[in-house]
Amino acid sequence: MRHIISILMENEAGALSRVAGLFSARGYNIESLTVAPTEDPSLSRMTLVTRGTDEIIEQITKQLNKLIDVVKLMDMTEGPHIEREMMLVKVNTGDDRREELKRNSDIFRGRIIDVTDKTYTIELTGAGDKLDAFLETLDPEVIIEVVRSGVSGIARGDRALKL
Amino acid sequence: MEVTGAEIFVRALHDEGVEIIFGYPGGAVLHIYDALYTQDKIQHILTRHEQGATHAADGYARSTGKPGVVIVTSGPGATNAVTGIATAYMDSIPLVVFTGQVPTHLIGNDAFQEADNIGITRPCVKHNFLVKDVSDIAVTIKKAFYVATTGRPGPVVVDLPKDITAHKAEYSYPENISMRSYNPVHVGHAGQIKRAVKLMLGARRPMFYTGGGVILGNAAASLTELARALDYPVTNTLMGLGGYPATDRQFVGMLGMHGTYEANMAMHHCDVLIAIGARFDDRVTGNIEKFCPTAKIVHVDIDPASISKNVKVDIPIVGCVDNVLKAMLKLLGEGKRQPDSGAIKEWWQQIDEWRSKDCLKYDQGSELIKPQYVLDTLYKVTDGDAYVTSDVGQHQMWAAQYYRFDKPRRWINSGGLGTMGFGLPAAMGVQLAHRDATVACVTGEGSIQMCIQELSTCLQYALPIKIINLNNRCLGMVRQWQEFFYQGRYAMSYMDALPDFVKLAESYGHVGMQIDKPEDVESALKEAMQLKDRLVFMDFITDQTENVYPMIPAGGGQNEMILI
Repeated sequence: MRHIISILMENEAGALSRVAGLFSARGYNIESLTVAPTEDPSLSRMTLVTRGTDEIIEQITKQLNKLIDVVKLMDMTEGPHIEREMMLVKVNTGDDRREELKRNSDIFRGRIIDVTDKTYTIELTGAGDKLDAFLETLDPEVIIEVVRSGVSGIARGDRALKL
Repeated sequence: MEVTGAEIFVRALHDEGVEIIFGYPGGAVLHIYDALYTQDKIQHILTRHEQGATHAADGYARSTGKPGVVIVTSGPGATNAVTGIATAYMDSIPLVVFTGQVPTHLIGNDAFQEADNIGITRPCVKHNFLVKDVSDIAVTIKKAFYVATTGRPGPVVVDLPKDITAHKAEYSYPENISMRSYNPVHVGHAGQIKRAVKLMLGARRPMFYTGGGVILGNAAASLTELARALDYPVTNTLMGLGGYPATDRQFVGMLGMHGTYEANMAMHHCDVLIAIGARFDDRVTGNIEKFCPTAKIVHVDIDPASISKNVKVDIPIVGCVDNVLKAMLKLLGEGKRQPDSGAIKEWWQQIDEWRSKDCLKYDQGSELIKPQYVLDTLYKVTDGDAYVTSDVGQHQMWAAQYYRFDKPRRWINSGGLGTMGFGLPAAMGVQLAHRDATVACVTGEGSIQMCIQELSTCLQYALPIKIINLNNRCLGMVRQWQEFFYQGRYAMSYMDALPDFVKLAESYGHVGMQIDKPEDVESALKEAMQLKDRLVFMDFITDQTENVYPMIPAGGGQNEMILI
């Protein structure tokens, strides 16, 4: 099953490599990984998407907790949560596709943030499967470039990952 | 008054209570060596290779319970130490290893003797630190010792760039330290302990399976009290030997691939398994699908990640093993319920029947020296009271099988990583910590040559180690597997061009003996033990074809042992 694990860790050099190293050493897979500082400059927040059986996910969370730099973590998927990812897509509009691409972008609540005579750059935010669905509406030959930010997640309601 | 980083380093070690460090100097740590030169509180042991320094510190730590301390230079100094660090990591041994680093402005510049010590050691340390400011040295050292010695212990590396050891700062050493991201659990969950005791008391075929955690957690006395109170059988892992007295009636021997028949059969048939400070390693479980098919499992361990990693357990308890065992004893004392004595009696009858197979018997009438006989005799000659280190291979298994350890911290071996070359330098660390004790290093002609240069260190510091070299002229464990599983194709398992070990020992200034007849084994060992102030290298020419039995072949269950 797919899990989104959020991690608060000491904002120190090498912290990211400890997490990445753990996953490669123990053969766990990482689907996406994002990391950035938080409002507290001493802490970084990492969001990690991985897949595995319940046993593997249990081991992953235990091994992450064992890293000395990890302060706290939460498996978002254990409760209601919001998942967001941002995507930038540069598409080749040609002469005859400008209308259709604009319409599709609107349907997915995308925004066109850059325009040339031959291209649009579309910004789109949502859960991973929404971004996948948008890409599926595009003819592969139209796509020039896709950039995805990786998943961020936050729990719904009172549940929060904080110190 | 401001002092240099090197001075801070030395004062911090002294304030931490460090009496001895093992190391090897080099360019990046010269300021530190200069500061060590002008003091006499901390003894520095100069080994002949950085691997030897880490193993020696490891042997010191295993035999005393105190952290071992190492200092090596940058680049090759640090990379040479990696095998020793990984050895300590796999066996959860507290080490603090200081590695020199090139000056901060040269880091990442491919400078002379530069290596990414933090990156290289990251997968084989509990944690590591790069110190970038002289004012962080003292607090980082405090943290390093705290992390290495608490929770599940392990090695910690502190990387010290050369320039910060020359910079100056005020010295103050923190008395206590707390880290928001590191809070090891001490006490087990009371409800879980209660459930465990209830399950244990209801057992009809119980089994204690205990590992290195009992030794590291100083829980041997509590384990012995608990097992005796219940009259349940006890088996130890390779790392757990000495955690329960081996000469006690309730001890059924080591378990696992080369464990005893009775220990493995009892594991296979037990209905309640009480695992304490053990981690269900593959050499213990055999085929995991066939492991303890009828048992409910209690698992006590300080590391939550060890629980249900390989085998799903029924009652997990996270905590210091000694605290948990004491809590169990308290509950037993308060309750009225007793174990089912009838069922336990029947269980012992069954175990004694397995025992009667005498699975460790060997040919006593051979004209060649049987390695088992050497270890049996070593046990006898030393009254079972020696510290025994070993290298890795057949001799290691025989030492574990035939030397009966009654006390913890007497059996010193590389169980997890299986590092050949460990035995001699580890014995140096043990002997330095226990000057008057008998320290025997059980090794083979393959392993001993991996750190043989440490014989020179032994002379320098007058370490009267007794080296028991079981010389079968081949890499015995490799040869055994090639005989069993590769139709006798002995690829590279023979040691051609062996040195004359007697002359070798003598050239290093020690006593050398060669023994090639069974009738000379006992007298040679006695003679060696009487040379109390000399290192004696005993080269026993043993039967080359001898194999380690019993054995669970790969893929086998614990009830599928090959007996001799």
